[in-house]
Amino acid sequence: MSDTKLKRVDLIFGEYSNVKYKVLEDTLKRSTDEILEDLLESGLRGRGGAGFPTAMKWKYTAQAPGEEKYVVCNADEGEPGTFKDREILTRVPRKVFSGMAICGKVIGAKRGYIYLRGEYKFLLPDLNKELTDYHEHAKTIGLDFLIEIKLGSGAYICGEESALFESMEGNRGEPRNKPPYPTTYGYLGKPTVINNVETFVNVLMIMRLGPIQFKMLGTTDSRGSKVFSVSGDTPIPGIYELELGMPLDRFVDEFGDGDAKAVQVGGASGFCVPRKKFKDTVIGFEGVPTGGSMMLFNSSRSMFNVLHNYLEFFEEESCGQCTPCRVGCQQLRKGIEAVKKGDKKSLYLDQLLKLSESMRLTAKCGLGQSVANSFSSIVYNFKEEMIY
Amino acid sequence: MKNTKNETIKQISLTIDGIQVSVDEGKTILEAARQLNIHIPTLCFHEDLCVAGNCRVCIVEQEKVKSLPASCAMPVSEGMVIHTNSMKVRLARKHIVELLLSEHNADCTKCYKNGICELQGLASQMLTGDHMFLDLVPEHKYSIDMFNTAIIKDDSRCIRCQRCVRTCEELQGVSALGVAYRGNYMKISTFFEHPLFEVVCTNCGQCVNRCPTGALIERNYIDQVWDAIYDPTKHVVVQTAPAVRIALGESLGLPPGKIVTGKMVAALKRLGFSAVLDTDFTADLTIIEEGNELLTRLKKALLDKDPNVCLPMATSCSPGWIKFIEHTFPEFLGNLSTCKSPQQMFGALVKTYYCQKRKLDAKNVVSVSIMPCTAKKFEANRPEMRSSGYKDVDYVLTTRELAIMIKQAGLDFESLPDEHFDSLMGASTGAAVIFGTTGGVMEAALRTVYEVVTGREIPFEGLNITAVRGTEGEVREASLKIEKTKPEWKFLDGVELKCVVANGLAHAKKVMQDVKEGKAHYHFIEIMACPGGCLGGGGQPIPTNKDIRTKRKQAIYEEDMGMSIRKSHENPEVQLIYKEFLGHPLGHKSHELLHTHYTPRKRY
Amino acid sequence: MATNNNNYIGELVEQYGRTRSSLMPILQGVIEKKNFISDMDMTEIAKELDLSAAQVYGTATFYAFLETQPRGQYVIRVCKTITCDMHGKKTIVQTIEDMLKIKAGETTPNKKFTLLETNCLGWCHEGPAMLINEKPYSGLTPEKVHDILSEYMHK
Repeated sequence: MSDTKLKRVDLIFGEYSNVKYKVLEDTLKRSTDEILEDLLESGLRGRGGAGFPTAMKWKYTAQAPGEEKYVVCNADEGEPGTFKDREILTRVPRKVFSGMAICGKVIGAKRGYIYLRGEYKFLLPDLNKELTDYHEHAKTIGLDFLIEIKLGSGAYICGEESALFESMEGNRGEPRNKPPYPTTYGYLGKPTVINNVETFVNVLMIMRLGPIQFKMLGTTDSRGSKVFSVSGDTPIPGIYELELGMPLDRFVDEFGDGDAKAVQVGGASGFCVPRKKFKDTVIGFEGVPTGGSMMLFNSSRSMFNVLHNYLEFFEEESCGQCTPCRVGCQQLRKGIEAVKKGDKKSLYLDQLLKLSESMRLTAKCGLGQSVANSFSSIVYNFKEEMIY
Repeated sequence: MKNTKNETIKQISLTIDGIQVSVDEGKTILEAARQLNIHIPTLCFHEDLCVAGNCRVCIVEQEKVKSLPASCAMPVSEGMVIHTNSMKVRLARKHIVELLLSEHNADCTKCYKNGICELQGLASQMLTGDHMFLDLVPEHKYSIDMFNTAIIKDDSRCIRCQRCVRTCEELQGVSALGVAYRGNYMKISTFFEHPLFEVVCTNCGQCVNRCPTGALIERNYIDQVWDAIYDPTKHVVVQTAPAVRIALGESLGLPPGKIVTGKMVAALKRLGFSAVLDTDFTADLTIIEEGNELLTRLKKALLDKDPNVCLPMATSCSPGWIKFIEHTFPEFLGNLSTCKSPQQMFGALVKTYYCQKRKLDAKNVVSVSIMPCTAKKFEANRPEMRSSGYKDVDYVLTTRELAIMIKQAGLDFESLPDEHFDSLMGASTGAAVIFGTTGGVMEAALRTVYEVVTGREIPFEGLNITAVRGTEGEVREASLKIEKTKPEWKFLDGVELKCVVANGLAHAKKVMQDVKEGKAHYHFIEIMACPGGCLGGGGQPIPTNKDIRTKRKQAIYEEDMGMSIRKSHENPEVQLIYKEFLGHPLGHKSHELLHTHYTPRKRY
Repeated sequence: MATNNNNYIGELVEQYGRTRSSLMPILQGVIEKKNFISDMDMTEIAKELDLSAAQVYGTATFYAFLETQPRGQYVIRVCKTITCDMHGKKTIVQTIEDMLKIKAGETTPNKKFTLLETNCLGWCHEGPAMLINEKPYSGLTPEKVHDILSEYMHK
């Protein structure tokens, strides 16, 4: 066990500035170009998991033709093992609103929406109170940017950005074909920036601290800090803000129960890293990216059960429109059951691995594409647990 | 290349399977490949519908891109290098088809679509059959809706491509079918999974035309018709609708747009029907009745100033349209012409007039119709369609069902001689033929109405009223100024007769909404429920697309031009029936046999 | 079709409007009111929003929380996703089943409780977790569940 603990960061959950909405007010006085330059300089990448450079996303949307544009905050945090957005919205909602308002200024939007997952409906009273306060404040500083909360109703797929728009529009949450991307065709077909809750907070913090200080955290490819949701077999589950780019073995040393055999990085749609690869795995865009979910499993856990649980999850949460995802998930779940029961030979796992690869290549959206992540990483690394 | 706005469209160059091609910006990879005659397989894609991109069969490999994009949904971009049949593509595509088969009741020999199923075609192309994956069919509790007289919906054969859902919404504006649930439970469903006959379904059959598998099919009555034919005590009369003769060939190996009237008649005779007659006869009769009805309504409105008269008057030949308006605009039922459709007029006359003339007992007569339509099956089963004292039309077969019977009988269709319809209710005119296309009823009616009112032929070259010839996907408005009328029609002198023609129920809905909101003022509305009119009907040969329908339309006008008589009121048999049997248009007998009433239905 | 006795659909439509984007809040409003959306509710909504009934049904059945079957006054949703499962979800469900004398997926005869299993609720660090209507409960033990449910039973 190493002596030095991973550095704790206090960017996201740090205290508000002394004067209410001070950073927002100061930022609004700056030019759009200056703001974008700072964002670009900071190297900020989206915190939802995919890691698209935030400055570029905003820039494309700003440049997209059209009078009406929208800012959408993706708070449909459904990835198993992730609960950081709930914490952020509970503890520092003002930072989220500020980040959205800054985005509104940059892209020329007057409306912002927070799509809050139905499971977090209990947050609404507090959030709405805070929003009323924000709107009053916005009025006093002459800021024309309204924020409204739209509620989900229990559908993981709505975390996929185009499915989220569909849901906001009153439709089934079925992902759209891409292109066109949200930057040109988002909510109601208008250019839209959609970012994760944490990303908006990061933006505000970059505005507050400047890009240089932000960049001092993390690594070249993964700038800044990240809020991690730690769960599973750990004595200290919870929310931790850590630097990006940390080696997984150090994480396990600190958070594991001493018996960790695997860490699921990035939730059910992420990768499962076995003990033997802890040392060589870096958490960040250069290594294994994550939206923040870190689930630890100790040697008492059956990885078959873990995978089976994920697959059931995907089977139910797939929107069902595209073939590889709708049928593929069922086949993978039934397939590992058949192998376990001995109805199929163990060689059938290879067939399923190929199928999962086809799903990665052909599914319409990120959900279907990423089923292969956990499937292949668990089946490859824990093959014997799948068979016996 | 220019578009309608005369702006130059940017050209995009890309390489597909090693061949360079340049296409308009905004085109998809699939379209570009088709330009090169490279066939990328598809399932959920349909030319008539918006792109869904959900079956993923049409995936291709794009160099420097990790995933395999769906070619139907991916727009071309400069310098793209595409492989449509690489190793990666082949395996992934086979996987997708295998996945579809794993949740599909692939009991092909028991399927109505056996041999023409698109999924089956793909399966045979890809040499599936090694049962790559587990069979999921037993897991799912699939339901079959067999309660409808027109359409059967079998979920066990559904591959969830959503063509039917898009058809019902985009082309028909009905949305009786939708997508329900999600994930492994996702299915194509009506409201609360009610049977089709309980929901707003119009039975138009457009979904049947586009379903790639046997999930949506017409209820077929082939065996019942064979039974009737082989029953020595029965006299089996068959009538054929105008749009059948220009499309039947497609199901029998001939190209679209081929007129096969003579061969069709020959085939029907060889199948053993006692008399082969023509729905065109009652199409002409419809014109006389409906034309007079329109004139009567105009007279009441313009001369008598009767406030209760319902104008505009709308045509009533299309049973899909009838059910649609009953559900959606029940307050306008009074605006529908009370004329039965030609099929039902024919049925009523077969069991009365025809029997009388042929000295037959109506109870021994079986009346069969061949229709381009699935809604006609429902129409024939309406309780009000028994004015002869019997079921006026006993069995309705689609064009496709007739093709099956011809194949069953072992007839070599192409080599059949041309034969003529039997007489008595077998004579027709060009005006009747064009009932098969959008705008045709309007044109036929105007040819007659104008002449009745003015005593002169309609003043268009070759009697072709091109202004009302509807176009697919368009609402066409036209007006005709009536001048120098006969004295008894003086009140119409100088009146501009305002007409509108629409095809596809989505367009019909728009027309009716405009009428309802007072945005549009018409005298006469022609609606056909299906894209392009009956020629694009739900009972027509599969596949269907705009090219095919355009060819059918050309054939219909060609048939019209080739007829010696082109105005309904000049049909000699029509003149005869008024003299011998009906008396005069809108007379007592007509009212009893040829007119009907409608039933308001719930939209929800 | 019979109209609703109390015009809650009309009120929701007044509040959220008649565009397609209003559909989700309206459906959610019905759930808040009576815990499930009936076929009559859906036809009423379809009429107000000028949609087909099948379209409303399609949207409603997509979302796990937009129940289209009658549910109890209190809908209990126990998280079944991985960490909650690892930390004793089964015992929690068992405890509730024993207390309410129903199986998961069922509603008590007095229509007070419905027990369901659901996907990740976002309380992975404090699993097992459950929602009762919209209120979350985490760090569940059989004893804790006993106390919570007893309280609801007396409500």
